[in-house]
Amino acid sequence: MNSFTYTRADDVPSAVREVAADGASKFIAGGTNLIDLMKENVMRPSRLIDISHLALNEINSTAGGGLRLGALAKNTDVAYNEEIEQRYPLLSKAILAGASAQLRNMATVGGNLMQRTRCCYFYDTATPCNKREPETGCSAIAGFNRGHAILGTSVHCIATHPSDMCVALAALDAVVHVTGPKGKRSINFAEFHRLPGDTPNIDTNLGADEIITGVELPAEGFPEHHSYLKVRDRTSYAFALVSVAAALEMEGETIKEARLALGGVAHKPWRDQQAEKLLSGQGPSREDFQQVAEALLRDAKGYGHNSFKIELAKVAIVRALSQAAIREGHS
Amino acid sequence: MNSKPKTDTVRKATVSLPAKSRITLKVNGAVKQIEVAPWTTLLDALRDHLDLTGTKKGCDHGQCGACTVLVNGKRVNSCLTLAIMQDGAEVTTIEGLAEGEALHPLQQAFVEHDAFQCGYCTPGQICSAVGLLRESRAQSPDDIRELMSGNICRCGAFPNIVAAIEQVMQSEKKGGDQ
Repeated sequence: MNSFTYTRADDVPSAVREVAADGASKFIAGGTNLIDLMKENVMRPSRLIDISHLALNEINSTAGGGLRLGALAKNTDVAYNEEIEQRYPLLSKAILAGASAQLRNMATVGGNLMQRTRCCYFYDTATPCNKREPETGCSAIAGFNRGHAILGTSVHCIATHPSDMCVALAALDAVVHVTGPKGKRSINFAEFHRLPGDTPNIDTNLGADEIITGVELPAEGFPEHHSYLKVRDRTSYAFALVSVAAALEMEGETIKEARLALGGVAHKPWRDQQAEKLLSGQGPSREDFQQVAEALLRDAKGYGHNSFKIELAKVAIVRALSQAAIREGHS
Repeated sequence: MNSKPKTDTVRKATVSLPAKSRITLKVNGAVKQIEVAPWTTLLDALRDHLDLTGTKKGCDHGQCGACTVLVNGKRVNSCLTLAIMQDGAEVTTIEGLAEGEALHPLQQAFVEHDAFQCGYCTPGQICSAVGLLRESRAQSPDDIRELMSGNICRCGAFPNIVAAIEQVMQSEKKGGDQ
């Protein structure tokens, strides 16, 4: 690791002041991704601002009937929170499908949103990578890209966002609460992460001088009809090749509302509300699920090693929707 | 490829390093004060500053679980947290599990089930299993496998590791029922 200085923030305003004063500083909370990236020399902050002691780890009810997850709530504490298990089981299952028990004990809600891609070229400082070092080129496009994106890619980057939790949060229409020097603001989950475009070095729309303080879940958690299906190379402790968060609101045998978010296929959790709407007012049928899958993947593009993901995503969508419809629940 | 000349390397190397900080850890019940650089991981602090070499460095990237210890009662990867961030924490390592000559039930079960070959992953496996049993989430061998997936054994002693943990889990359940 490179040399850096360390400071512990006492409250949110002082954390924001500290990070705004030094452009090369970074917040650290769980540290499970940042410390790894620092050991690999991929990230070289001059200063770490430890926010892990701020009072942002509570899970509280909101006035709107939802829940607010403190940015520093540990993955374990969110996944096993009784209210989350009952009202937002999709989120609980997605979190438990990710990482290991040790990592979930360390990793936080905010850190999960801010984690970087696991693209092997991003990690390998001997190779060009536009995300790590802009305008050096993308080694993955013509390289080993089995785990890479098939949707929303650009000629500059085909990295994926590695989170499971964020796929569920995207399906649930969560809202990210942040604080910066100018005060507080909220970012809809769909607008939090970015597509690579020509600035793949910028993962999110969070300002460099802003801090995530919490993530709000709307009242509707789809406890009856949901599924988190994760397809990976081994059955535990592996990143998703493709994951699907499916949630249905049913009235009898009719689908009132459908939500679908995909992980492992894009630079951000992938939603396509136009495709989701195809299911509104329909009865749950394999044909309709297939149609939605085709619509969702219509613009997908494979890069060789990862081309199998297009078909894999389609069958995963059909299976996840089928599980959700018959209340099977999870993978 | 980036080919920017790195002419300033030598000059930078002469800049003084950030001062070390004195931190306090309660390790296996004993209060310890050590001086650490900001980048010293908890793992390195335990091994190099406190001579507690039972905790192993495997991958040093949070992928293998060999460095698993309990911080404030919860299992974590000690390679992925900075010692300075844990100032004031209670840490339990493999050295802190036995009571004198009496092995911890999990240590005893690992011996009985021959749950290792080379033994390098064993301290992490056992500390992780202590955390697992405290969490009370595992009900079956499948649950044990899933919730122990952060600990890799490259000798492949997994069946015996699961059997050892299951034995202790069952005996704790029986004890709880009495």
